[in-house]
Amino acid sequence: MEAYFDNAATTVVFPEVRELMVKIMEEDYGNPSSLHMKGVKAEQYIKDARSQIANEIKCMEKELIFTSGGTESNNLAIIGAAYAKKRAGKHIITSEIEHASVSATMDFLEKEGFEITYIGVNENGQFHLEELKQSLRKDTILVSTMYVNNEIGTIEPILEIGKIVKDFNPAIIFHVDAVQAFGKLRFSPKKLGVDLMSFSGHKIHGPKGSGALYIKDKTLLCPIIHGGGQQKGMRSGTENVAAIAGMGLAAKLMYEHHEDKISGMKALKQYFIDKVTEFPEVYNNSGDAPHIASISFMGVRSEVMLHALEEQEIYVSAGSACSSNHPQVSSVLKSIGLSKERLESTLRFSFCEYNTTEQVDYVISVIDKLLPMLRKYVRK
Amino acid sequence: MEYKIFLIKYAEIGTKGKNRYVFEEVMCKRMRSRLKPLGKFEVRREYGRIFVEALSEYDFDEVIEALGTVFGIVGICPVCVVEDVTYDAISKAVCEYIESEYPKHDFTFKVNARRNNKQFPKTSMELNCDLGADLLNRFPTLTVDVHKPDVLLQVEVRNVVYIYSHTIKGPGGLPVGTNGKGMALLSGGIDSPVAAYMIAKRGVLVEAVYFHAPPYTSERAKQKVVDLAKLVSKYAGAIKLHIVNFTDVQLAIYDNCPHDELTIIMKRIMYKMAQELALANDCQCIITGESIGQVSSQTTQSLYVIDQAADKLPVFRPCIGMDKQEIIDISEQIGTYETSILPYEDCCTTFVAKHPVTRPALDTIEKSEQALVGKIEDLYRKAMENIETINCW
Repeated sequence: MEAYFDNAATTVVFPEVRELMVKIMEEDYGNPSSLHMKGVKAEQYIKDARSQIANEIKCMEKELIFTSGGTESNNLAIIGAAYAKKRAGKHIITSEIEHASVSATMDFLEKEGFEITYIGVNENGQFHLEELKQSLRKDTILVSTMYVNNEIGTIEPILEIGKIVKDFNPAIIFHVDAVQAFGKLRFSPKKLGVDLMSFSGHKIHGPKGSGALYIKDKTLLCPIIHGGGQQKGMRSGTENVAAIAGMGLAAKLMYEHHEDKISGMKALKQYFIDKVTEFPEVYNNSGDAPHIASISFMGVRSEVMLHALEEQEIYVSAGSACSSNHPQVSSVLKSIGLSKERLESTLRFSFCEYNTTEQVDYVISVIDKLLPMLRKYVRK
Repeated sequence: MEYKIFLIKYAEIGTKGKNRYVFEEVMCKRMRSRLKPLGKFEVRREYGRIFVEALSEYDFDEVIEALGTVFGIVGICPVCVVEDVTYDAISKAVCEYIESEYPKHDFTFKVNARRNNKQFPKTSMELNCDLGADLLNRFPTLTVDVHKPDVLLQVEVRNVVYIYSHTIKGPGGLPVGTNGKGMALLSGGIDSPVAAYMIAKRGVLVEAVYFHAPPYTSERAKQKVVDLAKLVSKYAGAIKLHIVNFTDVQLAIYDNCPHDELTIIMKRIMYKMAQELALANDCQCIITGESIGQVSSQTTQSLYVIDQAADKLPVFRPCIGMDKQEIIDISEQIGTYETSILPYEDCCTTFVAKHPVTRPALDTIEKSEQALVGKIEDLYRKAMENIETINCW
């Protein structure tokens, strides 16, 4: 039996999405900027996708820009806001546990002369709001935080953060990386007091290479990609029509029967956590996100466990998949205060609506067999 | 200047007496196969020389790079050809050659003419003098220096005339396939690909073996070794890579032997497997990347104990006396370094003890291995019977 439990890394594309994308590539392949029929038709797909996403997150269609994915959205939001506001100040606040597309962008801005303050988290991975309050300054121009942590699934108190930031100074731009929240939680950036919000298509059964950025009306951003002036000059380059349409449809499908699907996913996750923590010295680090379970198998290096599971067609992540190319200790697990031994033996299991109880039972039975064997053979 | 012909220089092959033509032919074959994707070329031997003639458009740098991977080649000389074998034509061509190749006329030179075509009226010495004089007349700022010239202008008069002065350094060595075959142990690190390269450079065909230990080593670690073998194959020709699943054997050692001797015993078994594989594939040697003292299993005592495991074949260790940096320099030069340093665990480090033995005694190790008797034979067989072979090139 195959069990793909790595849905926070990427997801299988919905069949409807795949069919729509194939149709666009085969038949409606026009350039949305072309004046003829083919162009008009292609443009219509983009409008549809925009309206589908706007509909789910309750924003205006004109407040959405399509990008090549979460990483570009985060880059555009952070660099774009920093440059647009640099006359007002050069101080930016973010957290210790951000995804690399945020933290590496912050490193870049630091070299460009901006000053970055990093907010810590408590043992559940939630931001220290008190620390945030104390970090806010007159010259603070941007606050950027994630919504759902990609490694342990903590849901951050975005509403409270937004209030604190905007109460201090409404001119501060508040950016939220919602890549892991999109499609899993119901929310609206407007109600949360968010100015910029990043989304990715391939985490919600859309195609890779698709993403979006919500830019609250009247928020000023400097574009980072220059060219033919597409998307009101905010993101030049011929739109990736098939990917955009695929992402729009995926968002729509994701939020259909949403409550049922999410409660099913939550139940499956809880079922898995209950079962897996019955094994001796197996600990749960998971937050409240419906799809992410972070589990530590003491005495087994996460990489070894991952490859052992892989041999049984079970696919999971060690830490965050996006950073697995360079095996290093996860900053999130460290930030929540896990011991070195524990964070080196932590795996992430992430679920989607296609996962089943049978798969969880299968995974549990495999772990039951593997764990004693793997624990026996260790470095000493 | 656009060159149509390259003269290939080789040194050591020339010393091989009656076998010389075999060496030359093997080298020509390697050259043909490396040049094939770059255009139409003729590789031919004449008068004890090897020439590459371009019969179609080609990219100069690509050709030099390709020829630079053929062992046996010492130098590559881009040659200007004069069809008209008369003194006036030669003199004109020599002046044009200097004009286009050395536009700044502030160097010393020497003409080194060779008249192989005895029909030609001037002797070699006369050619040297006359061409030198013509050049000085044409370019008065040049000076002659017969001892240490900046430019040594070669003029060879045959049924056509060849003019050349540049020699691009080749890799040296002997053509691969002229010196038997070896089985290289590839780990995925920096040293073993360098070792395989160095032995291939002496004309040895190389096969390779990699010990895979899933789940302790990943699919990516295996792919890394395949990639390394492909990089070395640029020089060594296609490499047959044998992948042995070593996990069960390794765990049996773990279960039965002292932990601090684990690496030594493991390597002894790897050597045994490599030797068996080498003999089955007509290899006459085993090749490893060990260097004295680099890690605990590469102390002289450890090497001695490990070496005893390969009792039928010699183990060639070309890196044995090199410092790490020297090995790194070669790996950078042959293009394996970037791949070698990708951080995937190999099976030697999976269970490495915190304090492994550094001065093992053979009898102690052999005694420890007694604990494996009756337990490891089936696992050993099973591993050897389930080898995956990948042709890397």
